[in-house]
Amino acid sequence: MLVIVCPYCGKRPEIEFSYGGEAHLARPAHPSELDDQAWADFLYMRSNTKGLYAERWRHSHGCGRFFNALRDTTTDHFTATYKTGERQPVPATPTGAAPTVDA
Amino acid sequence: MRQRQKFSAFALFRRALGRHESWQSQWRKAEPKASYDAVIVGGGGHGLGAAYYLAREHGLTNIAVLEKGWIGGGNTGRNTTIIRSNYLFNESAALYDHSVGLWETLSQTLNYNVMFSPRGVMMLAHTVHDVQVFKRHVHANRCNGVDNEWLEPEQAKAFCPPLNISDGIRYPVMGAALQRRGGTARHDAVAWGYARAADALGVDIIENCEVTAIRRDAAGAVEALQTTRGPIRTRKVGVSAAGHTSVVMAMAGVRVPLESYPLQALVSEPVKPAFPCVVMSNTIHAYISQSDKGELVIGAGTDAYTSYTQRGALHINTHTLDAICELFPNFRRMRMLRNWGGIVDVTPDRSPIIAKTPVPGLYVNCGWGTGGFKATPGAAHVFAWTIARDEPHPINAPFTIERFRDGYLIDEAAAAAVAH
Repeated sequence: MLVIVCPYCGKRPEIEFSYGGEAHLARPAHPSELDDQAWADFLYMRSNTKGLYAERWRHSHGCGRFFNALRDTTTDHFTATYKTGERQPVPATPTGAAPTVDA
Repeated sequence: MRQRQKFSAFALFRRALGRHESWQSQWRKAEPKASYDAVIVGGGGHGLGAAYYLAREHGLTNIAVLEKGWIGGGNTGRNTTIIRSNYLFNESAALYDHSVGLWETLSQTLNYNVMFSPRGVMMLAHTVHDVQVFKRHVHANRCNGVDNEWLEPEQAKAFCPPLNISDGIRYPVMGAALQRRGGTARHDAVAWGYARAADALGVDIIENCEVTAIRRDAAGAVEALQTTRGPIRTRKVGVSAAGHTSVVMAMAGVRVPLESYPLQALVSEPVKPAFPCVVMSNTIHAYISQSDKGELVIGAGTDAYTSYTQRGALHINTHTLDAICELFPNFRRMRMLRNWGGIVDVTPDRSPIIAKTPVPGLYVNCGWGTGGFKATPGAAHVFAWTIARDEPHPINAPFTIERFRDGYLIDEAAAAAVAH
């Protein structure tokens, strides 16, 4: 089980959280101007990165808030968690290495 | 074409006299050539099967299968080997039933015992919604000529005596849908059988060879692959890379509607035959059968998050074992021997993609999610057709990438309510 650092509540076990998929996908500002392909890209296409991945989590059995996280999908190590609206941090550790996260 | 030792009872007897020392290796350790007419990326059952059908049915023998690890070491060797075709929609029923049809004669076709065992797959209903959905499935399947029948709890118990149908459990069994033609097969044998048969037709099977780049010409078409064992020129590439499909397709600049999740399975210590069929419960996430070796083979759910680690969290397995112990109380004291994970590529509508891509010469067979093993022969067969003719077989024509743009989803996700 992963240990996830909620930016509001601190370190908690994974079962308190629900997964929200890829982060930083902004809903189109002018939906009526989009063609079908652009809609498909927004709705269905995902980076599915092997390596550092920015993703959303929700502390559903805690504070209930959404936040973002940077996780290495080759090791499942989190390199950072940050509040919604904050800029994606620049990772200090290369892909595949174990970072040190404390809260 | 290479002369093959044929497997038979007589051959077994004859080689026993020579202490079984005269058996050939089942496929050559091929070195990559500078160029091929077509290359399959991914040496699982789907990829090897596609190579076999390309060689046998379409006459393409100057082809190779590239596998970054070893043959059948990915999801082909990690699944719980359930085979069935009782899917709701016409498109799915046609595809999966095409596969079941091929399973029935696969051992004879390949001269390799894949141990296909149509012992029946029973899907349990635990809620009123389950009952309604499963009955709808039964009727839809019958319209499509796919066998599926409704069983009341007592009938389910008669078919599978270890089943607990008392109403004293958290999710009592309210009935079941049974596909008698469904069952299991030996997963390793499927990969090895296809590898051996493809090799005999001249296909190069190249292990420990990872694709690192896809090179395209001025018109955008595929012209070569860069691999860890050197460059390979080819005009046709079929990607059959399961959980790593997004990674390979990104090399050609193609985005695919996939997310890769860990899916876990586990086996118990081996015991004498105690479990006659396959039982699945989508509602409480339990998938169980007994292998011919005697182990209970148990499938768990996917983890919540995308990952490429080939391992998952223990609480997922615990959750499944909770359900198994309630449904089959006689297994409560059994010990589990091994658990493992594989990476499955999941599409938004939980149906696969077997199609051409926007890049000329690049084809993809992916998106099988948690249920790709059952489709191995059928998917491989229509994928080979698609690669050879540069157009889809009528069976896989609906399974395009463009269906997500055009709105023609094949929404088995909604039909089954969970991953299957």
